[in-house]
Amino acid sequence: MKEISVISGKGGTGKTSLVASFAAFAENKVLADCDVDAADLYLVVQPETIYQESFSGGGKAEIQEDQCTDCGLCLQQCRFDAISYPPSQNGEPAQIPWVNPIFCEGCRLCARICPVEAIAFEPAESGLCYISKTPYGPMVHARLGIAQGNSGKLVSLVREKAKAIAEKESRDYIIVDGPPGVGCPVIASITGSDLVLIVSEPTLSGRHDMLRAAELTAHFQIPTLLCINKWDIHPETADRIEREARQLGILPAGRIGYDPSVTKAQIHKTSVASYPDSPAKKEMHQVWENVIKTLNKSETG
Amino acid sequence: MKKRFNIAIASGKGGTGKTTVAVNLAVVLADLGKCVQYLDCDVEEPNGHIFLKPDITSRSAVTVSIPEVNEEKCNGCGVCASICEYKAIAVIKDKVLIFPELCHSCGACSLLCPEDALVEVDNEVGELETGESQGIRFAQGRLNIGQIAAPAVIKAVKEAAQDCDIVILDCPPGTSCNVIEAVKDADLVILVTEPTPFGLNDLYLAVEMTKALAKPFGVIINRYDIGDDEVINYCNRENIDIFMKIPDDRRIAEAYARGDLVIKSNEWLNELFASLWDRIRIYLEKVSADHNGDFEKRKTEAGT
Repeated sequence: MKEISVISGKGGTGKTSLVASFAAFAENKVLADCDVDAADLYLVVQPETIYQESFSGGGKAEIQEDQCTDCGLCLQQCRFDAISYPPSQNGEPAQIPWVNPIFCEGCRLCARICPVEAIAFEPAESGLCYISKTPYGPMVHARLGIAQGNSGKLVSLVREKAKAIAEKESRDYIIVDGPPGVGCPVIASITGSDLVLIVSEPTLSGRHDMLRAAELTAHFQIPTLLCINKWDIHPETADRIEREARQLGILPAGRIGYDPSVTKAQIHKTSVASYPDSPAKKEMHQVWENVIKTLNKSETG
Repeated sequence: MKKRFNIAIASGKGGTGKTTVAVNLAVVLADLGKCVQYLDCDVEEPNGHIFLKPDITSRSAVTVSIPEVNEEKCNGCGVCASICEYKAIAVIKDKVLIFPELCHSCGACSLLCPEDALVEVDNEVGELETGESQGIRFAQGRLNIGQIAAPAVIKAVKEAAQDCDIVILDCPPGTSCNVIEAVKDADLVILVTEPTPFGLNDLYLAVEMTKALAKPFGVIINRYDIGDDEVINYCNRENIDIFMKIPDDRRIAEAYARGDLVIKSNEWLNELFASLWDRIRIYLEKVSADHNGDFEKRKTEAGT
């Protein structure tokens, strides 16, 4: 079983559209949407949820008003500015401090130091993790709760579940739709992957962000391929990005031209793979073939 | 120091045009004679510098506190490991092991160590750069590769804001901790989206986040003619103000690809962005009519 993570650095380069096409091209796979705070893959693969569980990224503190003596120690010690006196309904500041759950990072320090034990600390639900049936095979996805943190931990849960399914059902591939950026959820999406595919675009921003994503995969020593989407918007920059990637040991897996049927497919809640005459379909198929070839090579080599 | 008016440009979905809106709005406002501070809070992938081409005049390391063991004082009791909610400390055979990449710098371990054997030391997680670009004050953060403490770098960028009328915060995509850190001090949030199912889905999430933070906000629809009407229908249904609609135009895409400011290469776009500021002012008047005097005062100070 091989795991392929699709990332981009810059957002909006076409990761999810590409993964949705891979879903149609690849045989015997599990899909995993690891962009948990803006998950979109479910919109184009017609999932039917068969299992869901709640996810807790940690606990949250809550001050028990009837026990609090307003000594102020928690306010002083909280590093996350999560404790304050909220304005009450008559406009006057409240007499008792309050923990804003959006800013509380669940360190529990306040609950541990409160001299009168007036602060409760309970695990808080911060998202949901789903397993769904799709026409393309099983998919694991998630939804991070509104204004919740700890997306990295939820990403790890999605990948664990995808892996368990792949092992149980002897699936050949796990295809991970990753988040943008190079931070915590991206690291959680790629560590231990067999291959990363970076989807870039021929703009200076796309180039800048591809280089940082490449630095990240080098840092974790993960074999990496590059794909440039909408390369014909600016061919010179596409050439430059591929050249610079090669210098970093990253080979191109293919280019995809600008094709309005990619957006059309999304609006019809499907992937471009269901448009037989679309040029992007053929190009995406070639990218997938090259991904497989590289995976097989790394196995024999 | 007078209160700055903070405008956060966020999106939910990546690649919808946050940076395009942020840098062009900053330049339009500077051209109108405002004192503008641009802050690139997308510290994982900062791109504003590509368009503003600032002269960087100062660089400094961004650090977070992590614990360090004083071996002479430590008796291996294990309290630190048992209280760390992030599993960033382990005690094996009386020896304390610290995993900086898991540490949230909450300070609990050093405060609660019975032997006073943990001291906090600085750990570098990123870089802060400040400078100037055509009269616009510029600051950006850059998270070091392999680090996860993006919120700490965003905080450092916000603290670098200088005295001025208007602060533009160019936010990261998504709706989780990074975005909340970038948006939490905003006086107004502008959500940039595109008229596609992905754009709508992520706009909905961004709207919910913005409402949870109780911020006034409006929407910009980029490439408004490439998709369907669902984003507009959603905004109408929810009574959300649409501040601007940007057409899908190859000249915009090319200027963006080259790293040019679209308002400088196209006069009609300059007018479009100037009218964005008019729309924002109308919206702020509407909001301040329903809000308390504090907001009114800050709005006046922003020179609107």
